Amino acid sequence: MDEILFFVAGIAAIVAAAGTVLLRNPFYAVLSLVVHLLSLSLLFLLLYAQFVAVVQVMVYVGAVMVLYVFVNAYVGGSEEPRGGSAPTLKMFSYAIAVTLAVTIGIAVLGTGLKAIDGAGPENIPASFGSPANIGELLLTKFLLPFEAASFLLLVAAIGAVVLARRRRGVLTGEERIVSAMDVLAPAGTGSMREGVGAINPNPGARSVRIAPSTGAGAPGESADPPARDTTEGTR
Amino acid sequence: MSTGWYLAVSAIVFAIGAGGVTTRRNPLLVLVCLELMLNAGNLAIVAFARMHGATEGHVFALVVMVVAAAEVVVGLGIVVALYRNRVAVDVDELRELHG
Repeated sequence: MDEILFFVAGIAAIVAAAGTVLLRNPFYAVLSLVVHLLSLSLLFLLLYAQFVAVVQVMVYVGAVMVLYVFVNAYVGGSEEPRGGSAPTLKMFSYAIAVTLAVTIGIAVLGTGLKAIDGAGPENIPASFGSPANIGELLLTKFLLPFEAASFLLLVAAIGAVVLARRRRGVLTGEERIVSAMDVLAPAGTGSMREGVGAINPNPGARSVRIAPSTGAGAPGESADPPARDTTEGTR
Repeated sequence: MSTGWYLAVSAIVFAIGAGGVTTRRNPLLVLVCLELMLNAGNLAIVAFARMHGATEGHVFALVVMVVAAAEVVVGLGIVVALYRNRVAVDVDELRELHG
C-alpha cells in the first residue's frame, strides 16, 4: 500500500512539474502546479509529516495559488510565443537541467550513506510531526528563526504594497494619495516607475500628471503628448 | 519506502524547476518554476526528517514555506508594477536593470 501510494504520488508530482514547465498557457501551468503541490502533500503524509502536509495544502494550494491565478488574470496571461529568441539557448538550458538531475542523483544516491537505503526508524513516536511537537520546537529551540520568519513576512507584505500601489504619475488629475511614502520618496528620487521611464513622454519633466479631461479610461496608454499636463517638479 | 526514492523524486523535480526557470519567458511562470525548486528542497528536508526520526526537519520545511510566500508576494508585486507601467511582461524584454 505504501509503495503504491508513493509511486502514484511521485509520478504525479514529476508529470505535473513537467507540465508546469512545458505548458504554454500560463493558466494551465499554474493549475499543473496545483496538482504537483497536492501530490507532494500526499508524499508528506507518507513521510508522517501530517502538519506540514496540511500547511502545504492550506498555504500553497489555498492561498499562494489563488494569488497566482489572480495576478495571471490581471496581467492577462497570454500564451508564450512559440520559438523564442534563441532556440539554441533553450536546448542548452534543457541540457543543463538534465545534467543537474543526473548530478544531484549521483551525489545523493551514490554516497556511502547507509541510512538512505532504509525507511528510517521503525517505531517512531506518535508525537513525531504533530502540531504540539512542532509548536514546542518553534517556541523553544527555534524561537529566533521563528521571529525572523515573522519579521520577513511583515517586510514582504509592506514591500508588496509599496511595489504594487498606484503611483502619483499614473493617477488622473484630481486623485491624490496622501501617504507617508510622499515624504519618504518624493517625485524625482528614482522610484520604479521613473526608473522605467517608458511612459514619460518628456524626459526632462520630473513628474507627469494626466489631465482630468482625458478621462479615466486607460490612463497609462500612450496618448499624444499634448493631452498630458506636464508639471515641472510641482507637487 | 526507503529515503532514497524520495530523494530521487526531489532531485528530478528540482532539475525540472531549474530548467523551467531558465527557459520560461513570462516572469510569473519563472516564479512558478521557482516554487517547484523550493518544494523539491522541502521534500528532501521532510524525507531526511523521517530518516532521522526527528521533528526538527519539519520546522525547517515550514520556514522554507514562509520564505517562499514572501518571495511570491514581492515577485508578484513586481509583476503587477511592470504591468501597470506598460512594460512588456517578458524577461527577454526587461533591460531596465542594466545599469
